[in-house]
Amino acid sequence: MTQTKATPDIAAGRLSEDAYAENFSDLHPLLEPHEAMVEADRCYFCYDAPCMQACPTSIDIPQFIRQISTDNPTGSAKTIFEQNILGGMCARVCPTETLCEQVCVREVAEGKPVKIGQLQRYATDHYMRENDTTPFERAASTGKRIAVVGAGPAGLSCAHRLAVHGHDVVLFDAKEKAGGLNEFGIASYKSVDNFAAREVEFVLSIGGIELKTGMRLGDNLDLAELRSSYDAVFLSIGLGGVNALGLDGEDKDGSLDAVDYIADLRQANDLSKLPVGRRVVVIGGGMTAVDIAVQTSLLGAEDVTIAYRRGQDRMNASEYEQHLAQTSGVKIMTWAQPKTLVGANGSITAIELERTAEEDGRLVGTGSVVTLPADMVFKAVGQTLVQSDLGDGVALEKGRIVVDENRKTNLADVWAGGDCVLGGEDLTVTAVEDGKIAAESINAALSA
Amino acid sequence: MADLSTNFIGIKSPNPFWLASAPPTDKEYNVVRAFKAGWGGVVWKTLGEDPAVVNVNGPRYGAIHGKDRQLIGLNNIELITDRPLEVNLREIKQVKRDWPDRALVVSLMVPCEEQNWINILKRVEETEADGVELNFGCPHGMSERGMGSAVGQVPEYIEMVTRWVKQHSRMPCIVKLTPNITDVRKPAQAAKAGGADAVSLINTINSIMGVDLDIMSPSPSVDGKGAHGGYCGPAVKPIALNMVAEIARDPATHGLPISGIGGVTTWRDAAEFMALGAGSVQVCTAAMTYGFKVVEDMIDGLSDWMDQKGYTSVDQVVGSAVPNVSDWQYLNLNYIAKAKIDQDLCIQCGRCHIACEDTSHQAITNMVDGARKFEVIDEECVGCNLCVSVCPVENCITMEAMEPGSVDPRTKKVVEKEYANWTTHPNNPMAVTEAAE
Repeated sequence: MTQTKATPDIAAGRLSEDAYAENFSDLHPLLEPHEAMVEADRCYFCYDAPCMQACPTSIDIPQFIRQISTDNPTGSAKTIFEQNILGGMCARVCPTETLCEQVCVREVAEGKPVKIGQLQRYATDHYMRENDTTPFERAASTGKRIAVVGAGPAGLSCAHRLAVHGHDVVLFDAKEKAGGLNEFGIASYKSVDNFAAREVEFVLSIGGIELKTGMRLGDNLDLAELRSSYDAVFLSIGLGGVNALGLDGEDKDGSLDAVDYIADLRQANDLSKLPVGRRVVVIGGGMTAVDIAVQTSLLGAEDVTIAYRRGQDRMNASEYEQHLAQTSGVKIMTWAQPKTLVGANGSITAIELERTAEEDGRLVGTGSVVTLPADMVFKAVGQTLVQSDLGDGVALEKGRIVVDENRKTNLADVWAGGDCVLGGEDLTVTAVEDGKIAAESINAALSA
Repeated sequence: MADLSTNFIGIKSPNPFWLASAPPTDKEYNVVRAFKAGWGGVVWKTLGEDPAVVNVNGPRYGAIHGKDRQLIGLNNIELITDRPLEVNLREIKQVKRDWPDRALVVSLMVPCEEQNWINILKRVEETEADGVELNFGCPHGMSERGMGSAVGQVPEYIEMVTRWVKQHSRMPCIVKLTPNITDVRKPAQAAKAGGADAVSLINTINSIMGVDLDIMSPSPSVDGKGAHGGYCGPAVKPIALNMVAEIARDPATHGLPISGIGGVTTWRDAAEFMALGAGSVQVCTAAMTYGFKVVEDMIDGLSDWMDQKGYTSVDQVVGSAVPNVSDWQYLNLNYIAKAKIDQDLCIQCGRCHIACEDTSHQAITNMVDGARKFEVIDEECVGCNLCVSVCPVENCITMEAMEPGSVDPRTKKVVEKEYANWTTHPNNPMAVTEAAE
């Protein structure tokens, strides 16, 4: 068995000041106008475009790209915002390689899709730089009041669309800042310069949305009370709980939830003050696993390993994200599941992983054990809905809220969307779509 | 290796690529650089009378660009040479002496008085240049003074001046024509009638390149105002090809040597001009865009293509396509073609479908059995070629001729083997029919 150090090596300030700035700079810098023109010219303006079909928010992609190419970036941004008011963030974080760009005819033909995401950012950044408010005007006031619980992508999208329709919205969020995972969860190199907060301001500029932070369902908010005080309620509370590994030693120092650490990282004013282990092991195979692995590596961790219990093709993280991890110095170890967190003096020093295999479609441990020295072990094995927060009455299935195609729950005046609903894809863009659809449904219900 | 040497109206050059009369041929310095780069000849930038003209001191050029700044069209408001006549003549003489194997033609423009032409011709002859080109084409500036295209637009003037030139000079004479007319055959006929040895065309086309929408000025803008300039470059090539062909196939001018000008950028462009009757080609915009080096591939590419096709000399190419330039009324109406989409090459952009659906004959599907698929509906396809034109993939859509004897699914008629055109079509009220017994 590998000998491990008795004291964990967790330290801040592993890098020079310049290295922090470099490592956490924009992953894809904004296209220059000429670059955007040339890239936009690559778009074939397809009929019934596959990219548009693949976009969860149905953005008219050929149209907005054409508008860039005609030097009408403002019109382009309006085309985007019409379908997706968080088009700016989606341009940064959408896994375009599995959505619009995957089906781009140029991807199919030559393996080089039009850079739809980057063009979308070009247009939306242009608009947000030149304008203080969203391009929409509110309809005459309806006098209706709607509670939107959770100011993440779904909540912001829903609140904006409701405000456009003339309704008054109170937007609650448990945290001290709105934005949800855009603010607290997205990898920092995908959203630099405080973009998430600026986008929240942009969304709220429509007017008619009152933001109330520090209000958490289950603590100082109660669904039954909301239902009696408001004409409708939209739940976009995300997944507040974190799955545990169920192993001995999970309470030791150095055993951490990835989402908490990422939130700290995103809110840190000075990354050089953020302690990081020299040897990091991440358990999981999704986007969060990649995000934490890449970011700890960028913070100066020397050995970062993602341990995933199945093959690489089964990882939820997209191929692009996997490549990003690997080119950032992260090792992806597949067919390995956590067995024991080894520690001394209350701290983690290593993790024992058991090799796995698939037998008749079932995952089984092989008994073979690998020990990786680790100063930090991050759990990134999924988040859960804290069901008790909802109180009684909301129908759930598989631990998520059940909604119909209009994002309506079983309760007549309650809609829901985003990560907390069943069938969601845990993507910003699908959350935005949920909010949009729910808002239209709420509007229809309240206008009836 | 094909022989590219050219004898155009007695003017010899090692290849058919000449630089047109324009800024690249304004000075000895430029022309020597061009000859060093391999150009077969030059037409020296147009000489006029002293005192020399002056040019604007603001922009002289405007351009149309593709998205990646590829220069598609260029226009200019530059006048003829603004250097003293004596300086130009001295340099011409020196260059011809230093480069005897290259064609050196001198472009001229003086007022329409016989004596003015006599005077300048004498001085040009002293340079021992190979010939003269009469600039009856420049559409801007000089035309306001009764020269350039102002002459080229009046066939009688063309004939008159050409006659003077032939009468008072032993030099071969090329008449350069303006495209800013309705029927290019008339000025060409006038040139021939006046005794011209050849015509060259096209000169530039009247044009405004755009409007600066901030200051509401045409571009290029000189202190907030713009004047029309002469348009050239790749964008004008189709117009030039047509005009060259019109002259080449007109019985009145058939056989009159032509120097082809207008958007020649590659060896292929040159070969096309030659096929339509041009015995030499003149280039300007390509050189002004990329420098003189472009001639290297023009020479190499033309030579290689001629080798591949078995042409051994330029003369064999010149005019080869002229017999196939016809009038619409003689096109074979019994020729039936249908578009065919190669499904392996199709990238499913759907542009053929929407172009056909919105603007043509509703002859291309967008769905087949519930799946995205673009297929030609032969029952509707008229063979118009629009889908081929808009398809972004080369050779993905082709026009396939139907075999005689088969049935056209659109008309349900048998495809006839015999040629038949509009002149005999029953729908033509003017149709030629056999005389009644």
